Amino acid sequence: MTMTVHVDIVSAEKEIFSGLAEMVFAPAELGEVGISPRHAPLISKLRPGEVRVKVSDKESYPFYVSGGMLEVQPHLITILADTAIRAKDIDEAAALEAKSRAEEALSDKSSKIDYATAQAQLLDAMMQLRTLDRLRKRGG
Amino acid sequence: MAVGKEIRTKIGSIKNTQKITRAMEMVAASKMRKTKDRMLATRPYSKKIGQIIKHLAHANPEYKHSFLIERPVKRVGVIIISSDRGLCGGLNSNLFRKTLSQIMQWEKVNIEIDICTVGTKAYGFFSNLKTNLVGQVSKLGDTPHPHDIIGVIKIMLDAYEQGRIDELYVINNEFVNTMTQKPVIEKLLPVAASELEEDLKGHWDYIYEPDAKDVLDHLLTRYIESIVYQGLVENNACEQAARMVAMKSASDNAGNIISELQLVYNKARQAAITQEISEIVAGAAAV
Repeated sequence: MTMTVHVDIVSAEKEIFSGLAEMVFAPAELGEVGISPRHAPLISKLRPGEVRVKVSDKESYPFYVSGGMLEVQPHLITILADTAIRAKDIDEAAALEAKSRAEEALSDKSSKIDYATAQAQLLDAMMQLRTLDRLRKRGG
Repeated sequence: MAVGKEIRTKIGSIKNTQKITRAMEMVAASKMRKTKDRMLATRPYSKKIGQIIKHLAHANPEYKHSFLIERPVKRVGVIIISSDRGLCGGLNSNLFRKTLSQIMQWEKVNIEIDICTVGTKAYGFFSNLKTNLVGQVSKLGDTPHPHDIIGVIKIMLDAYEQGRIDELYVINNEFVNTMTQKPVIEKLLPVAASELEEDLKGHWDYIYEPDAKDVLDHLLTRYIESIVYQGLVENNACEQAARMVAMKSASDNAGNIISELQLVYNKARQAAITQEISEIVAGAAAV
C-alpha cells in the first residue's frame, strides 16, 4: 500500500480541499516543490501558480492559487491560499484608496500604481491560463 | 355608506406595509442561512494560521516581531464593522453605543483614537462626529471578499509599524444565535501573548523558505486580515438575522394594528346602522 498524507487547502473564504494524497506539488517561492508523505517540517511562501494534489496514480487534482503559504508536517500538509493577487504595490494602492474614500477626495491614482496592478494581474491571468491549458490537455 | 372610509384606507395601507415587511423577512431568512455558512467556512483558515503563528513564536523566541511587542498606549486604532443597510433593528445602534462608551473611556485617560470604518452605516455615523477618520470602505454587498478590506487594514498596520498607533482594535457584532447578536471589541495588535501560550510537546522546528522572519511577517499580516474578514462575515450574518427578527416583529405589529382597526371600523359601521334603523323607526312612529 502506498503511503498517503492528509492535505488541507484552505482560503480565507472557504475550505477548498481536504483529504488524503500521495504527493503534493506546489509553487514555492524558491522553486516548485513536490512533497511526499513524512516530509520534514517545512514552511514556505507560495507564488501564484498551480497546486497539484496527486491522490493516486490515475487521479490528481489541480488547484490554482494566487499565492499563500505552505505548511508541511510529516502527516499533514496545509496550504493557506490567498484568494486574490497580492503585491506590496497593490496593498498600498488599496490603502490609499480607502484613505481617499474617507477624505472624499477624488484624487487621481498615479500611473505607477496602475502599472503595478496591471502587471500582477497579467501574471495572475497567465498562470490561470496555464492551469486551464493543462486541464484541457488532460481532458482530451 | 361613507362611514369609516379613512379607517378602510388606513387598513389597506398597513396591509401593504405588512406585505413588504413579510417579504423582507423571508429574504433575510434565506440570506441568513447563506451568510451563516460563509461565516463557518472562514473558520478553518484563521484557526490554521493561528496554530502556525503559535508554533513560530515558540520556535523563534529570539525574533520579536513588532506586532508582538506591547508598548505604552498613547493612540489607538479602531476598525468598526457595520452593515451597509438599515432596517435591522438595533444592531448598528447597539454597536455604536458600545463603541462610543469605549471611546469615552479612552478619552478619559487621554488616549487618542484613529478610526477606520467598514460599511455605510458606520461611515455615516462616525463622519458626523468629531473623530479622526483615516479610512473607510463600504458597499461590500452580501459576499465580501478578503481583498475588499485590505485597504483599511493596511492603513492601520502601517500606522502601527510606524508607531503612530500603539494598539489596534476591531469592533463588530458577534453572532450568538439567531435571536441574539452581541457587539464585541477585540484587540488585534499587539497580538496577545496569552493567545500564543501553548504547550508544545517535543521540540522541533520547520525548515523555512525563504527565512523565518519573512514567513512570520507574512503570516501575521494574513492573521490580522483573516480576523477582520471573519468579523466582517460574522457581522453580515448578524445583519441578516437581526433584519429577520426585526421584520418579523414588524409584520406581527402590523397584524395587531390591522385587527384593532378592523374592530374600530366594525363598531363604527354597526353604530351607523343602528342609528339609521332607530331614525327610521322613530320616523314611522311619528307618522
